[in-house]
Amino acid sequence: MATDSVARDAAGPNAESVFGPARRRIGEKAIAVVLFAAAATSVVITVGIVISLAGETLTFFADKAVSVSSFMTGAQWTPLFSDPQFGIRPLVQGTLIITGIALVVAVPLGIGTAAFLSEYASPRVRSALKPTLELLAGVPTVVFGYFALTFFTPSILKGLLGMDVSVFNGLAGGIIVGVLIVPTVASVAEDAMSAVPQSLREGAYGLGASRRQVTVRVVVPAALSGITAGIVLGASRAVGETMVVLIAAGQVPTTSLDPRGPMQTMTAFIGATGKGDVPTGSTGYEAIFAVGFALFLITLILNTISIRFVRRYRQVYE
Amino acid sequence: MTSAEAASRPVSEVLGVPPAARTVRDRSFVLLLATLTSVALIVLAVLLVDTAIDGLPQLSLSFLTSFPSAFPAKAGIESAITGTLWLMGVVTFVIVPLGVASALYLEEFADGSRWWNRIIEVNIQNLAAVPSIVYGILGLAYIVRGPLSLGRTVLAGGLTLALVVLPVVIITSREALRAVPPSIKEGALALGATRWQAIWRQILPASIPGIATGVILSISRAIGETAPLILVGAATFVAFNPTGLDSPFTALPLQIFSWISQPDDQFRLLAAAAIIVLLVLLVLLNAVAIRLRNRHQQRW
Repeated sequence: MATDSVARDAAGPNAESVFGPARRRIGEKAIAVVLFAAAATSVVITVGIVISLAGETLTFFADKAVSVSSFMTGAQWTPLFSDPQFGIRPLVQGTLIITGIALVVAVPLGIGTAAFLSEYASPRVRSALKPTLELLAGVPTVVFGYFALTFFTPSILKGLLGMDVSVFNGLAGGIIVGVLIVPTVASVAEDAMSAVPQSLREGAYGLGASRRQVTVRVVVPAALSGITAGIVLGASRAVGETMVVLIAAGQVPTTSLDPRGPMQTMTAFIGATGKGDVPTGSTGYEAIFAVGFALFLITLILNTISIRFVRRYRQVYE
Repeated sequence: MTSAEAASRPVSEVLGVPPAARTVRDRSFVLLLATLTSVALIVLAVLLVDTAIDGLPQLSLSFLTSFPSAFPAKAGIESAITGTLWLMGVVTFVIVPLGVASALYLEEFADGSRWWNRIIEVNIQNLAAVPSIVYGILGLAYIVRGPLSLGRTVLAGGLTLALVVLPVVIITSREALRAVPPSIKEGALALGATRWQAIWRQILPASIPGIATGVILSISRAIGETAPLILVGAATFVAFNPTGLDSPFTALPLQIFSWISQPDDQFRLLAAAAIIVLLVLLVLLNAVAIRLRNRHQQRW
């Protein structure tokens, strides 16, 4: 990155100062403006997201006479009942439990995969493993939902492990979401481990350390901020994952902490409510935006943290 | 910081255990890592086999050329396939110019020290990680209804999916542009080309394979997306092919979701068959992308 901007600076001002302003062709400036407009579209999209979510969310709080505090802490989420309750806690709790289960699965798998790829795998094994992980990342999530509902719950959880789970349950949703985010965690963590300078490894080898000791005591601590970034990014993906939980975890908002029963996440609520033709301005329609806004804020915070951590290891080693 | 700590630890602490005990631990550690690595791959394999067992018996020419039906035996996915193809068209039409132009601006024109350029950069990074269902909400509020009011049409669905994958296209296109060595551009500039001439005749042609790879991978992500389409509200029971951009539509992932949601097991098997069709389509797209990457990418 650094060399990039240096090269650009060198090409820019120097050429211009030698040949005069590079405005010889009509339209050079216009092209730059058009390209800038294209790049600025992404900012417009973000602004669109924020305005559309925030606007309807405000109407939601005003219209339904819901106070922000009862929205955040209320234990009942029944927006479509005749006596509607708008406590988002069941949805947040469902999201947290499923994300928690997903991380329990994805953190060891992701870090183990990253360490294996970065420290042990031969180039041939790497070149076979990496595309397979990309393949895993490329499978549509609706397919994982199908797998969780029709295979994982009945055959693994009930059949193999003999657990007493309901047809729709948070456990299957969480575990499959965990598998889903393994490539995310692994690829960010592996980038960080590969960025650890070879000299650190060689120093440890020189002191008589084995490869395991180098991996566990040198590479992993040195790559910790990158590994953290991967985990946080994985958490953000788990929070935002919709299809698996919508299909396999059920559509019942609950305050029960038992993952063997059905639970509803924020994303699943949005999906389940938006499925039908919700009329604009109806309670369900506005509730989608309020929950969506909360979801957007949570993932935005997680992404920002993740970007910070990546920047930290880049500053140290690159 | 942590690296310095690791490096400055006393020898005894780095070594820890006496050498004899090490080999056993070392071997079991490799075994542990290999096991952890293989879990996700095993799940993927089981998923594929299970889907194949459920779905392959349902696959037939009439399944591919029939419309959805209330009777599982008559139901098919023709309208879902054509809907997905239409969506791919719209997505491609939007993301190629917009994504490449954004990438060109950020790589070749933007002065990274300006605050507005930094905002654009950070913003794209963040957009890439926004959950796709949030784009669905945006699509519902601004594209299906609100300012654009396109209704539940092919165009609305395609635009929403394009928004979901636009950040990915921008990021991969930037990487492709960055892979062209600066000496190429400097050579062109030294021969008197303007900045745009250097970009249009040298940098862009050299980076086309990389950009195309990124575009294809983005399209394959887009056609597997289900959550945004649920909100943008493609109807799931569409017994006709889309006739144009303003036509109602369904798509493969939506049809799959709709069949999974049916209590009748027979429909779930149809979902498995549709999943196979979707996965085959994705594998084909990815194969094209990998071929492009391996065949045409220049090594400098």
